[in-house]
Amino acid sequence: MKYSSQAVAKPYFIAALGLFVAQILFGLIMGLQYVIGDFLFPHIPFNVARMVHTNALIVWLLMGFMGSAYYLVPEEAETELHSPKLALALFWIFLVAAALTVIGYLAVPYATLAKITGNDLLPTMGREFLEQPTITKIGIVIVALGFLYNLSMTFLKGKKTAITTVLLLGLWGLAIFFLFSFYNPHNLVRDKFYWWWVVHLWVEGVWELILGAILAFVLIKVTGVDREVIEKWLYVIITLALVTGLVGTGHHYFWIGAPEFWQWWGSVFSALEPVPFFAMTLFAFNMVNRRRREHPNRAATLWALGTGVMAFLGAGVWGFMHTLAPVNYYTHGTQITAAHGHMAFYGAYVMVVITMISYAMPLMRGRAANSNKAQVVEMWSFWLMTVSMVFITLFLTAAGILQVWLQRMGDAPMGFMLAQDQISLFYWMREVAGVVFLIGLITYLVSFFVRGEDKAA
Amino acid sequence: MARAFQIKVSFNMQHINELPAVEPHLRGDLAIWIFILAELLAFGVFFVVYAFTRARHVELFNAAQLGLDRNAGALNTVLLITGSWCVAHAVAAARQDRQAIAVRWMAGGLCGGLAFLVVKIAEYQAKFAAGLSMDSDTFHMFYFSLTFFHFMHVVLGVGILIILLFKLRAGAYGSHDAHGLETGAAYWHMVDLAWIVLFPLVYVMH
Repeated sequence: MKYSSQAVAKPYFIAALGLFVAQILFGLIMGLQYVIGDFLFPHIPFNVARMVHTNALIVWLLMGFMGSAYYLVPEEAETELHSPKLALALFWIFLVAAALTVIGYLAVPYATLAKITGNDLLPTMGREFLEQPTITKIGIVIVALGFLYNLSMTFLKGKKTAITTVLLLGLWGLAIFFLFSFYNPHNLVRDKFYWWWVVHLWVEGVWELILGAILAFVLIKVTGVDREVIEKWLYVIITLALVTGLVGTGHHYFWIGAPEFWQWWGSVFSALEPVPFFAMTLFAFNMVNRRRREHPNRAATLWALGTGVMAFLGAGVWGFMHTLAPVNYYTHGTQITAAHGHMAFYGAYVMVVITMISYAMPLMRGRAANSNKAQVVEMWSFWLMTVSMVFITLFLTAAGILQVWLQRMGDAPMGFMLAQDQISLFYWMREVAGVVFLIGLITYLVSFFVRGEDKAA
Repeated sequence: MARAFQIKVSFNMQHINELPAVEPHLRGDLAIWIFILAELLAFGVFFVVYAFTRARHVELFNAAQLGLDRNAGALNTVLLITGSWCVAHAVAAARQDRQAIAVRWMAGGLCGGLAFLVVKIAEYQAKFAAGLSMDSDTFHMFYFSLTFFHFMHVVLGVGILIILLFKLRAGAYGSHDAHGLETGAAYWHMVDLAWIVLFPLVYVMH
């Protein structure tokens, strides 16, 4: 660790991993509720478990991005962070706000939460992934602004690189698009239209810039390949991502009541969205092949390569499968969507944050890489989580295909609940895979505490 | 593409034969070629979708196509091809350190691009005045989408040519280094190529 202020990343990473565990526990609760409908009812109904699961995911990924940024920007800019104190203060504010919000979801009925947090003054609650009370959302904006101020001052103070430029572009974009969560039109079509300006333009837009920058940073460090080569790849990748992803928002505008031309525009452009992910995979493998050093942190290299592959499969391939309007007409809002969503989020964002943690945590603990023993345990966790996620996706895909066939095709389509009964076997299998995923996650956490001879730089 | 134009004009321009022998290498930055391929892929997908849709609505497409201004389209084709010809000359001249001539050729290319935009805007205005838009029917959805998508690329191309023009005037390119110039020129030729497919496909073929 070259600059002492990089250490502020540590609490962010630890909190991120803690929230990751919470996310998976609530995911398992829901997985069981799919097949045992009244499991934990009325204490933790499905919709509440879902809010905790999805919100925990987003918050821990945001913490992961923040930790990653606090770690890499000082090193890239070759100067200390502008204000480590501010970074730590914002960490606690964010964590406490997130905790209070989750307690709110669990402790009181949602309508009560809306009332006591003054939602009627500026209504922003009630939409998927944006269930947070308005005051939490305002808190998120304040934390984001403080975070961006801190990093931007550091960036301006020091050396400007392609990696920090792209990262900051992505992070500013993240904050700006989050503002659309405050825009709640009365007209239902427009409501849905702008909701995607947060969700799609995050995960299929500015978050891809953050992903590319973090991946490029780790690859420079572990492979030693020329910065110029890696930076050029990064620019190509983010250009492809923006050029396809911006108009690709249209693949969410097929059936919400927007003009019909979106069925064409959304299909054509979103069909090309896998291209930047394919480029990212080629990029990662190419850089590792052309490496000029044997970095002792082989686990981080594995995570980096895995990110490319799983992001391409989950976001690219599975996304492509249901992105064309004629297909989406049948698969919209089914388990096909869930299959894609899980592998995409895991492959792209979960894995890139873990890649960064895997690379940076040993350095923040005073060594270039963990001991062989610890890395082997870590690599076990990689395979456990990744393979179980593949199975989760395959089972949900099977469930989705059967669901579409029974519920939306043929001469005598079945009703929703009857179709759900028919696919319950796949839900059980998914749950088993989910338990294996949790085992993988626990294995990952254990790897932090495995002893042995750590690797020097 | 720049090389292709060079070979073509060598019949008329003696001095081009005097260029030093050069090992085959990719003209312009690799990054721009990746971008060009991605763009051509995007256009290509759109064209294929158009073709398949047309096959299912032949009568509608034939009838609506008659309402298109084929003369404007043909004029635009000439403007773009001439513009590309000028840009190719500009690159050749710059690589021979004939700065002033390169600047004039580049200005010519830029004029072609700007004229294209003017003709296109006039064409759109006529359509809008007739009450046509993307929502009118499937043919017009494709007509406006394809031509507007291309229009935006011409705008970007014109922007690139303006930058190249200023840099040429500042003496940034020459026999020592024409990399940036060739990179920009390659993009412009891609924009031209896309139109050469679009015009017959949408305006002519029936």
